[in-house]
Amino acid sequence: MKYVDEFRDGEKARVLISEIETLVASMALPPDRPLYLMEVCGGHTHSIFRYGLEGMLPKEIELVHGPGCPVCVLPMGRVDDCVAIAEDPKVIFTTFGDAMRVPGSKKSLLQAKADGADVRMVYSPMDALDLARRSPEREVVFFGLGFETTMPSTALTILEAESEGIRNFSVFCNHITIVPTIKAILDSPGLQLDGFLGPGHVSMVIGTAPYEFIANFYRKPMVVAGFEPLDILHSIWMLLKQIKDGRAEVENQYARVVPDAGNDPALNAVSRVYELREFFEWRGLGSIDHSGVRLREAYAQYDAERKFTIPNVRIADPKSCQCGEVLKGALKPWQCKVFGTSCTPEAPLGALMVSSEGACAAYYQYGGQRRQAEVV
Amino acid sequence: MNILPFVRTRRLGKVSVSAVTLAHGGGGKAMKDLVDDVFVAAFDERGEPLEDQARFDLNTLGAHGDRLAFTTDSFVVDPLFFPGGDIGKLAVCGTVNDLAVGGARPLFLSCAVILEEGVAVDLLRRVTRSMAQVANDAGVRIVTGDTKVVPRGACDKIFVTTTGIGMIPVGIDLGVDKACPNDVVLVNGLLGDHGAAILCARGDMALETPIESDCACLHGLISALLAAAPGTRFIRDATRGGIATVLNEIAEASHVSIEIQEERTPIREEVKAFCEILGLDPLYLANEGKIVAVVPAHQADAALAAMRGHPLGAHAAMIGRIGSEIEGRVTMRTTFGGRRIVDMLVGEQLPRIC
Ligand code: SF4
Repeated sequence: MKYVDEFRDGEKARVLISEIETLVASMALPPDRPLYLMEVCGGHTHSIFRYGLEGMLPKEIELVHGPGCPVCVLPMGRVDDCVAIAEDPKVIFTTFGDAMRVPGSKKSLLQAKADGADVRMVYSPMDALDLARRSPEREVVFFGLGFETTMPSTALTILEAESEGIRNFSVFCNHITIVPTIKAILDSPGLQLDGFLGPGHVSMVIGTAPYEFIANFYRKPMVVAGFEPLDILHSIWMLLKQIKDGRAEVENQYARVVPDAGNDPALNAVSRVYELREFFEWRGLGSIDHSGVRLREAYAQYDAERKFTIPNVRIADPKSCQCGEVLKGALKPWQCKVFGTSCTPEAPLGALMVSSEGACAAYYQYGGQRRQAEVV
Repeated sequence: MNILPFVRTRRLGKVSVSAVTLAHGGGGKAMKDLVDDVFVAAFDERGEPLEDQARFDLNTLGAHGDRLAFTTDSFVVDPLFFPGGDIGKLAVCGTVNDLAVGGARPLFLSCAVILEEGVAVDLLRRVTRSMAQVANDAGVRIVTGDTKVVPRGACDKIFVTTTGIGMIPVGIDLGVDKACPNDVVLVNGLLGDHGAAILCARGDMALETPIESDCACLHGLISALLAAAPGTRFIRDATRGGIATVLNEIAEASHVSIEIQEERTPIREEVKAFCEILGLDPLYLANEGKIVAVVPAHQADAALAAMRGHPLGAHAAMIGRIGSEIEGRVTMRTTFGGRRIVDMLVGEQLPRIC
């Protein structure tokens, strides 16, 4: 914690904020066109709200909370698939905590658990494997989800299961990959983004090179950012510098953790175990080519999709739900028609209301039903 | 009526089996043996005859105050034993505190247990001994109770319900709707220990932390506080939902706003780190030995000194102020200089994915 305190120093923050203000003032922006900066990662969204960063920034900067919460982009049909697997009496279905509340078309995993399914919360896939060791008579299924951040740990768990010859363990693989997603956002019509805060944890695994196309092809600046509040402010300052200088580069603010070349052992495990899917459905964003991974044939015995008959039905998002617009930054959460009325964290209609990293839940929790603007 | 007092003579060691069976809930001899041997032996060493109800002398009660306080609570906790406490201690402290935060002096408790068939008698003994010990230390008596046994799977080992009676001294009148602008908000110590200890003790996350539950009876601390700050407007123990929930209740009921300061809010480094890892917010973690008190500004120093002078208040702090900005809104000034809203928690806090 001592180490972390360095990155939470209010004094340093004030200096940074005033530098940001000076930079913004020197840019002579038109009054009705703020700079839109998207943080791709849910962890950033969380820190921004947790520390009240939005309210500290000059009003010429608007933060757009992107699609980086893996729980939030999970389509309803996939939750239905989870519920179907979990309801098999021989299955112990294991999942990360915040995935339990995501609504399916009929129920969430939490409701399935209340109805008698054996759904358990775990903190890592290794915990799920451990459960499989201890419950040889049951089939333990781990709900693998998340970006490149969590992908290696699922892969390593599968490799471990294989080396021990454990047979009653499988993964329902819903891991997704960030790069095609950013590309899909960049390609969406009417895009208004001026720069990206790149995801810190994902980049720890993949490094910074995979983002080069953002700068080179789309001419948008990106700064890979850490999660502490000073990291985020510093990264915003770096983005503004680039914008002011007319540069579009991929910079690494989080170099203390993120190696530019990524993490080899993690990447090796990932490429051994997974292959890209042709398509993968996202909540609110539709199908994005090559944005999801599945287990390779060689690991078929650990693939829940092959071990179980999975309904795999596509369920359209509810009509009134505007998650897609919010994810792309076209709407602020409170501008969604159902925000805080038919969509609340108790009864989420859209997935952005579920995880505390989702933009809507974050506004609801840290901003109340009232607009953030009121706060400061 | 006490017809055959000698029948009630208690002998210990009558329960020779190691696990509770349905027969122990059947109302017959097995049940009587269990009650005598495990409960009565722990709770009532006076050997008074057992009746179906406890009886109180009104004059004696009246000497303690002019209003009766009455409360009940059920305790279900997994695991039953955790660092810093157990379900029995929790059941006594919880009910004592529910009385004490209303300004009452806690006097009598009841104890009803629901046992799952198969639960070890020794485990039950440990729980009742712990209850007896805590009640004794707190100066309250457990005077009546009930035992039920349900088939395996119908409950989780042991559920305990305690009901408490206390007396409120003349002149004390606390209320959640009494907070006024400029009042100060105090807490008596480090927040979130209980919630963090329980989550760690469940052991399904590979985290080893030295965090102990703060479970404690607070009536001593509260009476010291009330003596030093007789103008105290409101006290509540910040159990489930943490201090965030209590603050929201005050803001709503008193039609005020509240602003707390992150840097003044006492939270153990270990709890902070634990929350950091799991993506939880310590303001919402449960406590079992912490109160939030609203005190008029001119009595704040006296109140704080009184709390700090008590063993359960060493880390007492003034964490914020009542305001009149926007009714019902609770905010926190972060150490970082930002400001965030502290809303009511929705559902249970679930750890984030990464
Ligand atoms: S309020 Fe609900 S439906 Fe609307 S964008 Fe947010 S999560 Fe989606």
